[in-house]
Amino acid sequence: MGLLLTLPLLLPLGSSLLLFATRHNRRASLLVAITSATVLLMLVSGLTLQVARDGLLVVAIGSWPPPYGIVLVADLLSVLMLLVCTLVAWATVLYSTAWIDPARERLGYYPLIFALLFGVNGTFLTGDIFNLYVCFEILLMSSFVLLVLGAERGQVEGGLKYVALNLLASAFFLSAVGVLYGVTGTLNFAHLSRAVLGVDPLVLDLLAVLFGIAFGIKAAVFPLFFWLPASYHTPPVPVSALFAGLLTKVGVYSLIRIFTLLFVHDPGWSHRLLLVCAALTMLTGVLGALAQQDVRRILSFHIVSQIGYMIFGLALLTPLGLASSVFYLVHHIVVKTNLFLIGGLIERLGGSSRLSDLGALYRARPWLGLLFLVPAFSLAGLPPLSGFLAKLLVIRAGLAAGAYWATAIAVIVSLFTLLSMLKIWNEAFWKPRPVEDPPCQPLSTLLLLPVLVLAAVTVLLGTASEPLLVLATRAADQLLDPHIYQRAVLGQLGSPALASIGGAP
Amino acid sequence: MELFFVAMIGVLYGAGLYLLLRRSIVKILVGLILLGNGANLLIFLAGGLVRGRPPLVPEGRTSVSLPSADPLPQALILTAIVISFGVLVFAVALVYRTYRALRTDDLDDLTATDRLGEVPAPAHRPITADEEDGLVRGEEERAWVSS
Repeated sequence: MGLLLTLPLLLPLGSSLLLFATRHNRRASLLVAITSATVLLMLVSGLTLQVARDGLLVVAIGSWPPPYGIVLVADLLSVLMLLVCTLVAWATVLYSTAWIDPARERLGYYPLIFALLFGVNGTFLTGDIFNLYVCFEILLMSSFVLLVLGAERGQVEGGLKYVALNLLASAFFLSAVGVLYGVTGTLNFAHLSRAVLGVDPLVLDLLAVLFGIAFGIKAAVFPLFFWLPASYHTPPVPVSALFAGLLTKVGVYSLIRIFTLLFVHDPGWSHRLLLVCAALTMLTGVLGALAQQDVRRILSFHIVSQIGYMIFGLALLTPLGLASSVFYLVHHIVVKTNLFLIGGLIERLGGSSRLSDLGALYRARPWLGLLFLVPAFSLAGLPPLSGFLAKLLVIRAGLAAGAYWATAIAVIVSLFTLLSMLKIWNEAFWKPRPVEDPPCQPLSTLLLLPVLVLAAVTVLLGTASEPLLVLATRAADQLLDPHIYQRAVLGQLGSPALASIGGAP
Repeated sequence: MELFFVAMIGVLYGAGLYLLLRRSIVKILVGLILLGNGANLLIFLAGGLVRGRPPLVPEGRTSVSLPSADPLPQALILTAIVISFGVLVFAVALVYRTYRALRTDDLDDLTATDRLGEVPAPAHRPITADEEDGLVRGEEERAWVSS
């Protein structure tokens, strides 16, 4: 049981090292990368089944009992995130094998992908806030290098903005962890959620803001999102797709974690602020997208806009709201990655990502036009795709909680999303081609398979959504009752013994 | 002693954030370094300053006598220093790369990825063998640098 929980960390770490050793041997590294991604996917599916059946899994690393040692905790939110992130990582690795040029492979593309996965899986599984910081740094470091690998002009420019703002976020995160330790004397999430009860609410407000800024930058929430549209369209397509699926969602995951477990002392203030940020995030993101004329830039702005929906559910802090956030996260990761991957196919076929240079792709590849519509309509929220149910849940939760104006914004934003998806479809697929046709390149199966799999998942999540819906609801129940988390991690350890540990003055 | 630390942390944060707002890329880098150091000192202070009482269990006893210094914040700082060292080394290399590619240290010239309608060279362009050589050895000079 302990192994099942540590393997999602050990496997990417081991593969990363192995891939670094074999990076000059193309065949070996592709074999290792694909095998490792597939095994990881099966492993995480097993873990998900186990957690769905038996409840929270906890492993104390090195058998140091919590709260002294570092623990790995898998609750339903963690495993759902793990599962869907591993799925898109698997798809991206397949896609990369046909996309990434041999030079980038030799420079260490695959080792970096798996190092990134190591960090991402770590953030989902850790039950220790300083460990969360370390995992964040691991994934950031890998993402920095992936983003600028190749050192193109656009890449270093976007990379610099990305690096500077994310380092700023890390500094805020680190300061907040320091102050939190100072006032509570512990770093373990479960123990923290007990310890914050005795802390001055004013200090907690300060900490909530510090953590909110740190994770808000990483999640690209409203006033802090500017690095994202500046950098996400610069690296090679699979890197964009992977970042779009995973990185901001790690920020959202952390926000959900701390604003359900630690900072629930004054929801009227902290979650109200989150609600305002969520509404503005939706709105600014979609308006930014409308102004853009480039496939990948439009999609980048839509990431920002969609983050708003996830924070919206969290800000309501109701069972339905959190369930909608969890459902939205799962749906969005699949759809967004798929859109970027299809954007790559459009670029490859049309020779450009600028909408003005594209056109008439529907004539050349009718099935690709239809395939694009699956994630595009899902993103906008059309039935029967996964986005419809996700948006329906968000809107129902908003109405039930009485957040009418924010719900109205959510509805309007989904219309704008549809508008901008149709813009891509009209410009890239439908309008006559402005320049003469480029030589028709064949698309390799390895590029199409991941896209098809992710599109199938989108349809499946929309038509057979019951299992995910049940899991999301149960995950929300787990999140809303910190006692479940505390009991699982700390067991029935008497609180007097724990209360005496806090070394804080 | 606490007051001295508080003042020091305040100065480091203030200077760091001020430098972050400057247009020069190198100054931003220095700002990030100062900010990281400020954060480390903050952890040290938040863990509680105790002078001359290491957390050692005296002979014949089973627990440390309080008050004693808390070793955990120091372990955290050590980890944070190692991480920020690695990240900053990368950032320095990136700044150098940016300078090589763009021939500028002014952030106001770095608007190509933000400006509407303007798209930088497609990034999925395969790296040629010559360029790969340069990337590995760090002595590449791209044709488009001069253009």
